[in-house]
Formats: sequence, C-alpha cells, structure tokens
Amino acid sequence: MWRFIIGRLLQAVPVIFIVITATFFLVRAAPGGPFDAEKAVIPEVKAALERQYRLDLPLHQQYVAYLSDLVQGDLGPSFKYPGRSINELIESGLPVTAELGAYALLIALIIGGISGILAALRPNTLQDYIPMSLAMVGICMPTFLLGPLLVLLFGIELDWLPVSGWGDIPGDKILPSITLGAAYAAYVARLSRAGMLEVLSQDYIRTARAKGLPEWHVVLKHGLRGGMLPVVAFLGPAFAGLLAGSFVVETIFQIPGLGRFYVQAAFNRDYTMILGTTVFLSTLIVLFNLLSDIVAAWLNPRLRAQLSE
Amino acid sequence: MTDMTLQAEKGTSLWEDAWRRLKKNKLALFGLGLLGSFVLIALITPWIAPYAYDAQNLDLGATPPSAAHWLGTDIFGRDLLTQIMYGGRISLAVGFVATAVALFIGVSWGAIAGYVGGRVDAVMMRIVDILYALPFMIFIVLLMVVFGRNLLLLFLAIGAVEWLTMARIMRGQVQTLRKQEFVEAAISLGLAPATIIRRHLIPNALGPIIVYTTLTIPSVMLLEAFLSFLGLGIQPPKTSWGLLISYGAETMEEYPWLLIFPGMALTLTLFALNFLGDGLRDALDVRRSAD
Repeated sequence: MWRFIIGRLLQAVPVIFIVITATFFLVRAAPGGPFDAEKAVIPEVKAALERQYRLDLPLHQQYVAYLSDLVQGDLGPSFKYPGRSINELIESGLPVTAELGAYALLIALIIGGISGILAALRPNTLQDYIPMSLAMVGICMPTFLLGPLLVLLFGIELDWLPVSGWGDIPGDKILPSITLGAAYAAYVARLSRAGMLEVLSQDYIRTARAKGLPEWHVVLKHGLRGGMLPVVAFLGPAFAGLLAGSFVVETIFQIPGLGRFYVQAAFNRDYTMILGTTVFLSTLIVLFNLLSDIVAAWLNPRLRAQLSE
Repeated sequence: MTDMTLQAEKGTSLWEDAWRRLKKNKLALFGLGLLGSFVLIALITPWIAPYAYDAQNLDLGATPPSAAHWLGTDIFGRDLLTQIMYGGRISLAVGFVATAVALFIGVSWGAIAGYVGGRVDAVMMRIVDILYALPFMIFIVLLMVVFGRNLLLLFLAIGAVEWLTMARIMRGQVQTLRKQEFVEAAISLGLAPATIIRRHLIPNALGPIIVYTTLTIPSVMLLEAFLSFLGLGIQPPKTSWGLLISYGAETMEEYPWLLIFPGMALTLTLFALNFLGDGLRDALDVRRSAD
C-alpha cells in the first residue's frame, strides 16, 4: 500500500512541474505587456515597475526566480492590484470556495447516493425511472442555466431565498450549493445505480441473503462498499469539475471566492494573478485525483491484496 | 447469383443489427430525429431565418413572444428565434468540429500505440496518463485569455483536450484486434502498417468510437457554452447558445423568455445527444465488446 501511495506521489510531481512550466511560458507568451493599458507611462516608472515584477530579466532567469519563489510558498504579486499578493487573495477566497464545494459535494453524495441505491433496488420500475430521468435532466442542464433558473423561481417569483452573497443573510448559501451540487448529484446517482446493480448480482450477496440477513443489512453492509467504488473513483475528476463550476456559481451569486477571482483575473488580463491561481488550483486538482485514487484502491479488497503483496 | 449472396450477407451485418435494435429504442430515435432537425435548421438558417441576423428595432425593445416574433425580442428589438438559430449554427459547429479534431487525434494516437506496442506504446500511453492528470478546464480558460478569444483556437483547444479517452478506447480495441487471424494474415501479406491500421483496424473498432463520439459532442458543447457564459468563448457580433444564455441571465428579472428559450435549445440538444449515445451503446453492444 505504501509503495502504491509513494509511487503515485512520485507520478504527481512531474505533472505539477509540467503545469507550472507550461502555465508560466504560456502566460509570458501572451501578446501585450501588463502595463500596455496605462496611457503613456513615464519611462522611469515603467522601468521601475518592470524591475519590481522582474520583467527586465531574461526569460529563463524569470522562470528560475519564479520557481524559487514558489518553493518558498510565494505565488507572487498581482499586476492589477498593486500591493496585494496572490497569497492574500487565495487566503481570503479559498475558505469560501471550499465551503461552497463541500456543501455541493454533500448534496451530491446524499441525494445522488440515495436515489441511485433506490433505483438499483427496483430496476426498471418507477422507483428506477423517476430518479434516473431526473438525473438525465441534471446532466443536460448546465450549471450556468440551472443557477439563473433557480434564482428566477425561488429568489424572484416565490421570493423564498436570497439570490446573492455568501454568509451575509441567513439562507443565502442554499441556492449556490444546490446549483453547484445538482449536476454531481446526477452523476453520483447514475454511478451508484450502476455500481449497486453490479454488486447486488454477485455471489456473496446471494450468500448474505441466503444466510437470512435482513435486506437493509445486505444492501448497506455488504452491497454499499463495493457499489460505491465507481463513485469514489469519480470524486477526483468531480473535484476539478466542482472548481470549474465554482467559477460560474460564484459569478452568478456574487460570491467572493477563488472562482470569481480567477474569472476576474482572466477578464482583467492580470497575468501574475492568472499564473498564481492556475498553479495553485492545478496543484490542488492533481492532489485530489491522487487522493481519490488512493481511497479507491484502499476500498477495493482485490486491489488492496495485490498492493500489499 | 452473386448479388443474392451479397445481400444475404448484408442482412446479418453488425450495422443492420444495430439499426434494428436502435429502432426499438424510442428515446434514442427521438434524440436522432431532434438532432437531425436541429442540424438541418442550422444548415439552412440563412435562407429560412424570419429576420436578418443584425436587424435591430430599438423602438420595439424587448417584447414577449408574439405572432410577429414567435420567441419574443431582446432589448435591442432583435428577433430571439433568429438569434437562437444563428447561435445554434455556432454551438453545433463547435460541437462537431472540435469533436472531429478529438476523434482524429485520439484514433490515430490510440491506433498507433496499440498497433506498434512495446516501448512506443508504453511511452505514448504514459503521455496520455500525464495529460489526463492536467486540469484542462483551467487550461482552456488560460488559453482563451492568452491567445485571445478566437473561434479556431476554441475548436483546437477543446479538441486537444477531449482526445484522451478516445485514444484509450482505440488502443484497447486495436490490441484485441491485432491478435486476430485476419490482421495476422494482412501482416504476413506484407501490407504497410498504415494500410493495416486504416483498412482493417479502424473499421473494426468503429462501434465504440461512434458511441464515444456521440457522447463527446454534448460535453464539448457544454464546454463552449461554459466559456461563452463566462465571456471567454464566442464574442459578439457572433453569438452562440451559451452567450445568449449569459445575456438572458442578466435581464431575466424583466425578460425571462430571453433566458428560457436559449436554455431550452441547448438543453434539448444535449438531451438528444445523450439519448442517442446511450441508445447507440446498447444497439452496438459496446460495453460487452469493449471488455
């Protein structure tokens, strides 16, 4: 097991390195300098600014300097907001995005998991068709459409819930979390249905039933563990999707999280900010994929036996 | 005589079988029909659109659906149906072209890796593994920011992301096919590897590829709409469903139809493609043959 974990960690290192390098040179290759927008900067000021952001150095030296900053945990300053560092922006945005993502994931796992299991227990009946049709809607209805529609219905027409902000008014976290979680609830429902169907047809389930165990015990104790494997494997990629979804949800609901910073940075062409956040988010995603691989391996007894040999 | 034997063989072919099974699947047929009509409408839009694409009527402004404007008008008095039809051309084009790019790269990559095998295969699939781990959604946003928001780049960027799974599927197929007699026969006849791949391997691996292609198109269209919604995809004066949804979301309090109709167009298309993809998977029996 440890060898597997260490092996995966070693694989993640070059990926993160590629991300950092590719992002750095892509951003540097962008047409137009960061100060082009300012009208007629005095040459001395421009030179000073370039020195401050190390733009006066040759490219490879900039790269080395950037790497050495990164190793020390310094993501660099922002171009557009002088005096603000990317570390500060991430520190203020990350908790918000993490909370939003956690609620969304919780909604996805609970609603998706329960409906998937229920569907698998009575395949090809209404108990299967209704949640699975809803799941299809959830997959085909993009976040950026669902969000505004929920706002229109629950925020404006019915006036039940607040439509923007995060933690300002009670209840303002409900709509964003549902919006972000809905699509993943749909995927989790489909995956857990498929996983449970597969597991419930196995011999050991028949044995458990033949022993006379109550049905709930068979399903929850014996079935769930194997049946949830596809869901666990999905969590890694889902994490990347949740982050991308948070770009949209935080923009719609005006939530001051990482996603909105990223979109704003993209709009303002704040190159250092884009570079810093890309590196940070990408590293997070790679690490999360790693984590879900490890958990999936640990949950799967066959794989675990193979690994401990 | 020869004609008759040929026909008899055709009667039992995989494709006829698949078509017969697909015809029984009502949802998949519905998807096929809907998709077909949307594509047809997109192709002939310049001739059948009720209004000119850039026709404005500022005095009229935003109006709800009416006899003159079936789906209403936007704040500039532009006909929404016309906008949706032209937007659909771009949304569908992005979906199909970017998927074609992904198909081309993925199939070639997977076929070569699977056919050559050995160290080449190991290196090529290792590259796919590494690329899989890269957070591509963020990378596409980055690409759009760095190189400006142009349509061609959008095709390439999305296509370049979506080919990975295609490569894996193709490689798996080729590895199985390679060991079969007809391929060994082709090799011993001295056919060039490129010919073997093109004539014998790709046609026989078509089933899973078709299914996966059908399921890639909706995810590509979603990606385009996602970027356009954030303002990083299609730029005015061009329009797409994602962009129309984004405008609609801005003014939905006063003019909800501007959000609802473009949203319906996109969602229905995605539905159609997903139903068709699921139906094709069952009809071509892909899961079993892919194992």
